[in-house]
Amino acid sequence: MGTRLELRDLTVELPTPTGWVRPVDSVSFALGEGEALAVVGESGSGKTMLALALMGLLPPGARAAGDARLQDASANGNGPAGHAHITPAPSASLSDSPRHASGKNLLTASPAEMRALRGRRIAMIFQEPMTALNPMMRAGAQIAEAIRAHERGLAAEEVRRRVLRALERAAVPEPERRARQYPHELSGGLRQRVMIAMALAAGPGLLIADEPTTALDVTAQKQILDLLETLRRELRLSLLFITHDLGVAARVAERVGVMYAGRIVEEGAATDVFRRPAHPYTTGLLRAAPGLGRNKLESIPGTVPPLNALPPGCAFAPRCALHAAACDTAVPELISVREDDGHRARCILAGGKA
Amino acid sequence: MSGTVVAAANGAEPLLEVRNLRKSFSRASGPLSVAESHAGGLAAAVDGVSFTLARGETLGIVGESGCGKTTLARLLLRLIEPDSGEMRFRGQDWLGARGAELRTLRRRIQMVFQDSAASLDPRMRVGTIVGEPLAIHEPRLPRAGRLARAGAMLEAAGLGHEALFRYPHEFSGGQRQRIGIARALILHPELVVADEPVSALDVSVGAQILELLDRLRREFSLSLLLISHSLPVVAQLATRVAVMQRGRFVEMGAAEQVLQSPQHTYTRELLAAVPRIPAGDFSP
Ligand SMILES: Nc1ncnc2c1ncn2[C@@H]1O[C@H](COP(=O)(O)OP(=O)(O)O)[C@@H](O)[C@H]1O
Ligand code: SF4
Ligand SMILES: [Mg+2]
Repeated sequence: MGTRLELRDLTVELPTPTGWVRPVDSVSFALGEGEALAVVGESGSGKTMLALALMGLLPPGARAAGDARLQDASANGNGPAGHAHITPAPSASLSDSPRHASGKNLLTASPAEMRALRGRRIAMIFQEPMTALNPMMRAGAQIAEAIRAHERGLAAEEVRRRVLRALERAAVPEPERRARQYPHELSGGLRQRVMIAMALAAGPGLLIADEPTTALDVTAQKQILDLLETLRRELRLSLLFITHDLGVAARVAERVGVMYAGRIVEEGAATDVFRRPAHPYTTGLLRAAPGLGRNKLESIPGTVPPLNALPPGCAFAPRCALHAAACDTAVPELISVREDDGHRARCILAGGKA
Repeated sequence: MSGTVVAAANGAEPLLEVRNLRKSFSRASGPLSVAESHAGGLAAAVDGVSFTLARGETLGIVGESGCGKTTLARLLLRLIEPDSGEMRFRGQDWLGARGAELRTLRRRIQMVFQDSAASLDPRMRVGTIVGEPLAIHEPRLPRAGRLARAGAMLEAAGLGHEALFRYPHEFSGGQRQRIGIARALILHPELVVADEPVSALDVSVGAQILELLDRLRREFSLSLLLISHSLPVVAQLATRVAVMQRGRFVEMGAAEQVLQSPQHTYTRELLAAVPRIPAGDFSP
């Protein structure tokens, strides 16, 4: 299976007492089938809002603009996705966007259309599994519910078989026993696995993982990251992985987007971004990360600016040691760092680093 | 390693001396991870732990969740009583302390928690929260004096005076951790036990909090017991690190040494699980 996601100028706006704010501002990227992309940033940078917009789960009152399309790998880019319940024709407002000849724009899909896509084509897991799990229901029953939501009329025995298969796929030991347990009877790592089993039960091609290991300790984290890697390989799953931890991003993804105050400020191959960061914010994050050497602590001074008081130009300017007057005239563009290797940074100093 | 007391770096009398500390929970009431990993009715959460802590020193304690770190912290603060073992604090019998002696010693040991959001009363103003230990231990201090000291402590923790009159929910996770630290320091303790102080925070915010703890340690001549599941986090501040597994210290040594040449298999496993950032030319 496997799904491609193309995102163009995704913008999310939220109403606040002092006016609209933009937690996500013109984010664009493509995520290929079976590929992993990590979105890295501090809390409040807009990562979760980005994910919720793709899932059609934005909070009430929020509005999303831009273009986000899923495309089945099997469709080879030559036509609509193969699922009958997906409206094949692009919506009228997007007819001027020939790059997205197939699939429905997730940002303009109706709630019913999104319900049909969620779980089946695109699924999400969270930092806190209890966000997704019902504390009053046994683990197995919740996975069964996720399966039945998309395939009504399955025989009970068949559902049971699929529940066990989903748990096995998520490497849950003793699946029969775990299926009968309630979420609170499971350890943090197991709850995370149950949530993964549930998310993948209806066979989505794209998984969005929002800080799925942040609440776990390093050993449990490693197991979940290993599991996600296996699933990616075996199911050709595309993975959008959200994290504040650069080490985790480097471990999970080939490509990275660094987000700051709602904007992508640096993107490229993980090796390029981590080895030769071009944005001072990325450099600061890398220096603040505890390494295996006994390094001197070096944190970035200050905090992320509030969305209703963003600086006029570069949003990182108040914290940037390299800040100059030219940084304040306009929001810097994403510019290529070197030749055309896709490594780009939103900093006026980013070019000419060949 | 249980049974032997590893001497602190300098020869002076240690601030804290812990010998063979042991605490078991009955299977039914114990935390899940402990209960699950032990057969039989009793599970030792802390199973014969010994160490010393010098004045001004930072000792790191590392291990997976459920290995007994928080139980150890609660024992050190005497929030729970051990089954057996000894503890000496400033040369005095800390476990035997009662009444007035217990109260004076108690204010010298304070704790910083992982989730300061959960440990701060949402209906109380920050000034009341930070000043509360003063209200308990120095009841004759008038409210204005309490607020003045709370304000000074908030400033030392990197927040402005105006924080006094706001509520915890108005602050970010990192700022709430600063509030928790100000509250822990207001009685000028000699020992601060920080249990996973940065694991609920972003790496970048966590780095700021670690910096703050280290600065306050120097400013207030504190000893710091830094507990975390992450060895690299702990090694940024600690001079010595103890690695804890199933209630025991399986390795203890200078931070560099434990990081660079871990001796115990478990320490190596912990280190191998840490996701690495590829080395690059951004490092200073
Ligand atoms: N319901 C809401 N109403 C208004 N602002 C919100 C709401 N939820 C989140 N925000 C704001 O949106 C921004 C991005 O939040 P979020 O996507 O949760 O960031 P992240 O996932 O990177 O932590 C933050 O500034 C946050 O305060
Ligand atoms: S544009 Fe200017 S302020 Fe922004 S990151 Fe680059 S140098 Fe710093
Ligand atoms: Mg988030």
